Amino acid sequence: MTPAMTMAQAANDLVEQFEFLPSWEDRYAHIISFGKTLAPYPEEHRSETYKVKGCQSQVWLHPSVQDGRIHFEADSDASIVKGIIAMLLFVYNDRTADEILGMKPDFIERIGLTQALSANRANGLASMLKQIQLYALALSRRTA
Amino acid sequence: MTATFDIAAIRAEFPILSRRVHDGRPLVYMDSAATTMKPRHVLDAMRSFDEQHYSNVHRGSHTLAAEATEMFEGARTQVAAMLGANADEIIFTKGTTESVNLVAATWGRQHVQTEDVILVSAMEHHANIVPWQMVAAETGASVRPIPVLEDGSLDDASARQMLTADIRILAVTHVSNVLGTVNNVARLCAMARERGIVTFVDGAQAVQHGNVNVRDIGCDFYAFSAHKLYGPTGVGVLYGRREMLASMPPYQGGGAMIDRVSFAGTTYAEPPMRFEAGTPHLEGAIGLAAAIEWFRSIDCDALRHHEAELLAHATEELSRIDGMRIIGTSPNKVGIISFVVDGVHASDIGMIADRMGVAMRVGHHCAQPLMDRFGVSSTVRMSFGVHTSHDDVQQSVHAVAKAVEMLR
Repeated sequence: MTPAMTMAQAANDLVEQFEFLPSWEDRYAHIISFGKTLAPYPEEHRSETYKVKGCQSQVWLHPSVQDGRIHFEADSDASIVKGIIAMLLFVYNDRTADEILGMKPDFIERIGLTQALSANRANGLASMLKQIQLYALALSRRTA
Repeated sequence: MTATFDIAAIRAEFPILSRRVHDGRPLVYMDSAATTMKPRHVLDAMRSFDEQHYSNVHRGSHTLAAEATEMFEGARTQVAAMLGANADEIIFTKGTTESVNLVAATWGRQHVQTEDVILVSAMEHHANIVPWQMVAAETGASVRPIPVLEDGSLDDASARQMLTADIRILAVTHVSNVLGTVNNVARLCAMARERGIVTFVDGAQAVQHGNVNVRDIGCDFYAFSAHKLYGPTGVGVLYGRREMLASMPPYQGGGAMIDRVSFAGTTYAEPPMRFEAGTPHLEGAIGLAAAIEWFRSIDCDALRHHEAELLAHATEELSRIDGMRIIGTSPNKVGIISFVVDGVHASDIGMIADRMGVAMRVGHHCAQPLMDRFGVSSTVRMSFGVHTSHDDVQQSVHAVAKAVEMLR
């Protein structure tokens, strides 16, 4: 399914959503509620193969290709991390490999996520993004 | 005698405690079990050494070399005095981890044989498991753990039964980095000694909570790190009983550890030099000496009393949180509290508490077998230092409660 917004539009939308949340509590609550929008993760893909390495909590990311677009399903046992991956998928889900690889992830900086989550910088965000990009790269090689 | 324990004055000695994080919030540092902060006395001592006396040790005849050697060997004497040992029984290492590896690689390779058993406990840090597993893999020996009871104390009855003649060495922690449990290492070592078993005690979490005396404990080896005693990282200590060290082969080869080198054959120096190849971490040893000096200026009984009060305070307040499970409730424990909360992931609590300025540790704390024992994959850990106040406890508990509220 083609998303209604382009990646850039989705990223801007995300930045705007957070701009209207002045307190950190609201921002965190918003991240957590994002996680709750994720579709239930298929149990058959809850395996080592789909685990994202380098995360303090467990994160699963399962890709499938539909009409040349990569569809991701994801889950985490931790709420904030789950929210973060849901936010990434809000921008990255159902895109073509070229779109994913061409996207500069500066919206993460603009949201202030990296700063807000400094204690767990290494935890997840970078690894999740890298995993999304790796899947895209693999797909683009396969179709090239 | 809490009157002599002036927490405000102690706090003022730690420059880093005036740090602010996340929108100017004062730092509430509750991670002293990971590493302790450095008081000004330690920072000054290291800088003064570098600015005034720095030179290589044990060689050269110039003034600075003599001064640096005197200070470095003075640090060794200081460590020996703190542990109730002799200076020639003190080896400087990179830290507790290297101390374990040193014993495993030298004494271990020399003595551990096929079918021997290395007895550890189920509450060991990975640093006191993996080096023994490596020796076991090389020699055909095995590593066996003494179980831990539900309250986080060591199963003494099992320990007594397991200390049999096929045990080559007992390697056990003095204080658990997860549970805070203080093990009765003196009794364990006495039992081991009766059966001719060599003993290694991991003191990484013990030294910052008060007096440690290796003669009273009666162990053959004792190890700790400077950075958990208000000193710098990169330096630690291995105490080895004189007779043990004398019979051990060298650890690493290089300068300073030799007696005479020739291509016909090299002879090695006496301990402790035999185990200190290369230029040691001089500033580290100086910093450690300063840390010991500083720590000894604190009234140890008052510190224990203060810590016990903090522990009671934090335990009581945390227990009010719905779904709270404190892991490690032994009556004999230091200021370390590990916990999980039903339905809430430890990493979420850690992230929200961090946002509120409270620094705690989240994870398996390098003790995965212990996590397995309690059926958890990670915990939040709150740990106290000499500068921890009741206000720190209050703020930490508040942060945990707030996190739980936001996450439910």
